[in-house]
Amino acid sequence: MDSEPQSGGGRFRPPLLELKALTKRFPGVTALDSVDFVVAQDEIHALVGENGAGKSTLIKVLCGSYAADAGQMEFCGTAYRPKSPLDALRAGIRVVYQEFNLLPYLSVAENLLFDRLPRRHGVLLDYRSLYERSADLLKQVGLDVDPRTRVERLGVAQRQLLEIGKALSSASKLLILDEPTATLTPREIRRLFKIIRDVRSSGVSVIYVSHHLNEIFDLCDAVTVLRNGRHVGSLAVAETTPPQIVRLMIGRQLAEALATDRTAARASKGAVALRLQDLRVHGRPHGLSLAVQYGEIVGLAGLVGSGRTELLRAIFGADRPDSGEIYRDGRRVSVDNPGEAVRHGICLLTENRKEEGLILPMAVRTNLTLTDFSRISRAGLLRSGAEKSLSQDFVGKLDMRIASLEQPVRDLSGGNQQKLVIAKWLYRDASVLMLDEPTRGIDVGAKAEIHHLLRRLAAQGKAILFVSSEIPELVAMCDRILVLWRGQFAGEVHRNEFDEEQILSLAWSGGAGNAGELKP
Amino acid sequence: MNANDHHLRSSGTTGPATDTGGAEPGRFTLVQRVLREAGIGVALLAMVAVFSAFAPHFTDESNITNILTQVTINMIMATGMTFVILIGGIDLSVGSVLAFAAMVAGLVLKSETLPVPVAIALSVLTSIAVGMACGFVNGFIASFWGVPSFIVTLGMLNIARGAALEVTNARTLFEFPNQFNDFGTATVLGAPAIFLVALVLVVLGWAILTRTVFGRLIYAIGNNEEAVRLSGHNTFSYKVAAFVISGLTVGIGAIVYMARLTIASPILGSGFELNAIAAVIIGGTSLSGGRGSLIGTFLGACLIGVLADGLILMGVGDFVRQMITGGVIILAVILDSYRAKLASGESR
Repeated sequence: MDSEPQSGGGRFRPPLLELKALTKRFPGVTALDSVDFVVAQDEIHALVGENGAGKSTLIKVLCGSYAADAGQMEFCGTAYRPKSPLDALRAGIRVVYQEFNLLPYLSVAENLLFDRLPRRHGVLLDYRSLYERSADLLKQVGLDVDPRTRVERLGVAQRQLLEIGKALSSASKLLILDEPTATLTPREIRRLFKIIRDVRSSGVSVIYVSHHLNEIFDLCDAVTVLRNGRHVGSLAVAETTPPQIVRLMIGRQLAEALATDRTAARASKGAVALRLQDLRVHGRPHGLSLAVQYGEIVGLAGLVGSGRTELLRAIFGADRPDSGEIYRDGRRVSVDNPGEAVRHGICLLTENRKEEGLILPMAVRTNLTLTDFSRISRAGLLRSGAEKSLSQDFVGKLDMRIASLEQPVRDLSGGNQQKLVIAKWLYRDASVLMLDEPTRGIDVGAKAEIHHLLRRLAAQGKAILFVSSEIPELVAMCDRILVLWRGQFAGEVHRNEFDEEQILSLAWSGGAGNAGELKP
Repeated sequence: MNANDHHLRSSGTTGPATDTGGAEPGRFTLVQRVLREAGIGVALLAMVAVFSAFAPHFTDESNITNILTQVTINMIMATGMTFVILIGGIDLSVGSVLAFAAMVAGLVLKSETLPVPVAIALSVLTSIAVGMACGFVNGFIASFWGVPSFIVTLGMLNIARGAALEVTNARTLFEFPNQFNDFGTATVLGAPAIFLVALVLVVLGWAILTRTVFGRLIYAIGNNEEAVRLSGHNTFSYKVAAFVISGLTVGIGAIVYMARLTIASPILGSGFELNAIAAVIIGGTSLSGGRGSLIGTFLGACLIGVLADGLILMGVGDFVRQMITGGVIILAVILDSYRAKLASGESR
């Protein structure tokens, strides 16, 4: 795909960075499990994998934020063992993160050269040299702004380019880019790619982390795939295909094992519980339409940033949609705030259960009954007896393991916290459940229990809209899967024709027809 | 993104914590537990014991009455302030609003056309209405536009003070009806009547905070407003209500203060906001909201009053007394942050 001749896998390049059997453990999880990884000189090397595969951990070990538990690293032919990010900088490794580390109230020039501001007489800032040097760097990354501009006045794309310029400002040998295109338009992406290729020809290697397969085939020389913290393959881009990489990323066996967990599609579906007509989420050009029946689990697949969370929040009234209609039981309803959604029996379990779903310092019972006080109060006065017995009821129904109803929620395990968030809404008797990544960050056993619980709820007639980044999970749980791609539906797949690869390719590229959109 | 997942997973794996959760007290020493549960009460008792031993006449009946009278106004204002601080706000305007409410109520009280009982009743209502109106403006602006309440109430501090001066052109009002002034010195069962007003407010406020849906939501909003909003509640009105309650107690405080002083002056109440905040903070309510109690506030106000009174009796001069009071406030906050660490345990 890449027109440059040296991008083929045939030419031998000496290694610049070599990781051998690198291992990093966190309490309860092995983030990197004996990973081998080689980056050659003058190479753009893609690093891919599903969420949680270990990409960011690998980068953090490389840049000295985390210390590896085992394994060796060699950089430029010598042993490399960074103890801090400063060590990594000194060795010549620069990272551009997804979050920006810019100082908004300082000028572009000061940000660019922050760690080595030119001085006169030891203390005075040498402004002339500062602006001259930064003007050069800005030209290099194609950022057309005055070096005196304050960073707060730059747009997101400009800040991204500025971060890259900052990384280039010191003599680096390895540049690591973590999802650099997430905020860029196609035109800006093209310019970024040109800069990255220029960087390569000046003798710097690049590690490129991306969720977008088409970018990898456009730009990169080699690709390494991680899955569950393991290295599952390194390939020359010229010698592989997108489906092969997808297969490596998800792992066939896991997918099949999860799929068999489920019985045949449920027999009876009810009436339409929730219908959207051209709901236009804030800042997105396309209206979205969908319908969910009682007793049905509908999956929403898509990459991070494809608009899944925004859609759920708009339905729930947490963020106001720009336009569109919401129907509940066939009747048009207005949902201007979460309170109205709840009154219409719609609930949302957000992806951040700790920040938005629960009040961590407060007791289990307090969190549970927060959605409906009418059942535990009379004339505004709380009836603590009713509250206790009702909470005990739900704790039992969902088989939550807690020490007491008075236990602060922050002390519960992730799985029990998630059950509590579900219990909150069952207590409220919501009939449309929208769940955003309900099993993220909880262990395998608790995950299976949540799955079981959701199936039971569907069988009892709840309408469920289910967002997950794990395609195998959606395939195992859902009756239908809708795939979102850049704010629009790229396709709908029914249970009897579930095909993970197809779903993934829709999610990554919006389907075959759109695969080439990024190309110049 | 995926490193965050690992973070989540690692911090989310609080399995062991769940198991030890039931045996939680075992993690703390006795001293730590006392500090956590009853720090302020113990401190107050210790202080009373020390002054009883060393301060002459501290335990005399007249001195105890004096202490109760002295703490009354602060206790009333601190009760409302507790609601505001619990939702994570602050109300700097209470001292000035007290003066404004007092001036308006004083004019009503001195009206010559109304029969005395009517004038008194009307002045009480007016004072409360003025306080609540100012509180509503504070709360509405802070909540609707998301202006920090520190700023809004700092503005109100100046507005209300200016208004208090403007109402009578800086004149002081006096010669109120005797029936009104008598209330300031009346006693019921030996206790000053005005202190009983404060006590009733504390008990009412405590009941509201611990026994009602409204109180539950005040705490919940202070801890995590977004979670409350996403549970389907209109957090806006509760936040405004907290400020209105603060205004309500200021209105009552203004009447009580006028009765005690038998005057209404536009310079009344200056600095009262800091005393009220100090009582709330010493009482263990967190400035970031969501944690604390009115019992703490009650004890905090008592502690400030006892400290001042005891030091006077021991012959400590005004200036040193002020320095010591300041030190106690800082000490209370240090203890509080220590308690907060204990409360959240190892799970951080």
